[in-house]
Amino acid sequence: MPTHLANEAELVTKAREGDADAFTRLLRQYERYIYRLALRITGNEEDAEDVLQEAMLKAYTRIGQFQGDSRFYTWLVRIAVNEALMKLRKRATRAREVSLDEPVEDGGRVPVLREVEDWGDNPEQRYAKVELQRILDEVIERLEPIYRAVFLLRDVEGFSTEEAAEMLNLSVPAVKSRLLRARLQLRERLNKYFGKGKESGLQRGVPQTV
Amino acid sequence: MVCKEVFRRLSEYLDGDLDPGLAQELALHLGHCEDCNIVVDTTRKTIEVYCNTEPMPLPPDVQARLDRALAEKLGWKR
Repeated sequence: MPTHLANEAELVTKAREGDADAFTRLLRQYERYIYRLALRITGNEEDAEDVLQEAMLKAYTRIGQFQGDSRFYTWLVRIAVNEALMKLRKRATRAREVSLDEPVEDGGRVPVLREVEDWGDNPEQRYAKVELQRILDEVIERLEPIYRAVFLLRDVEGFSTEEAAEMLNLSVPAVKSRLLRARLQLRERLNKYFGKGKESGLQRGVPQTV
Repeated sequence: MVCKEVFRRLSEYLDGDLDPGLAQELALHLGHCEDCNIVVDTTRKTIEVYCNTEPMPLPPDVQARLDRALAEKLGWKR
C-alpha cells in the first residue's frame, strides 16, 4: 500500500471544491499503484492503461461523492477494480474464457503441495528492484484471473474477505478457498526464484524465462 | 494435527483468524514438522514480498497519454 500523503485530507477537501491542482497531487501519489494493480488484474498493458485513464476520469467526476469514510486511495482502488473487472468480463465473453463469475469447482479439496524449499531471510534482496518487479508480475500473471483478483484485493490492497466477496460477486467461502489456492500457487512458483541453494529452474527441467 | 490439516487451515492461521485451540495445535505441529514450517514461512513471505514491493513509475508513454486524456477531458493541464 502506498504511503499516505500527510496533507491528504486537505487535498481531498480542495479537490472536492474543484481544485484541479489538488486532485492532480492526489493522483500523482497513487497513479503507479493503480496502473500496477490494473496490469496485474487484466494481465494486459492495453487494458491496464484504459483502466488507469477511466478510473482517474471517473474519480474526478465523482470526487463530490467521496465521503472521507475510507482512505482516498481505497476509494480510488474500488473504482479501478470495477473498471478492471469489467474489462476481464468483456474479454471473457469475447474469448469464451472461463468467466470470473463461474465457480471454479475445487470440491473443497486441499491443494497438493509439490515443492517444499527454504527461502532463507529476505529472499527478495537477491534481486534488483526492476528484476524483482518483473518476477512478481510474471508469476502472478500465470494464475487464473479469479485467483489473481482475490489475492490482489485481500493481500495486497488489504480489503476484508467480505469486501472482496462483494466486489468479485463471489461467496465468502469461495473467496477464502481461492485465496488459499492463490497464496499456495504463488508460493510454489516463487520457489524457482527464492529457493535457497537452487541455481535456477533448470535443475528441475523448468524452462527458464529469464 | 496432520500436515494436510495444516494446509487446509494455512490461510486462517496466517490471517490470525483461526480458532485459538486449532492455532495452538497447528503451532505444536510446526514445532516438529520442518516441511510445514517451511510452507508456512514461505507463504507468509510470498504475501509480504507482494505487499512490500514499490511499483515502478508509469512508463513515459503511459504517463503522457494519461496526462493528455485528463487535460482534454477535464480542461486543465497537469
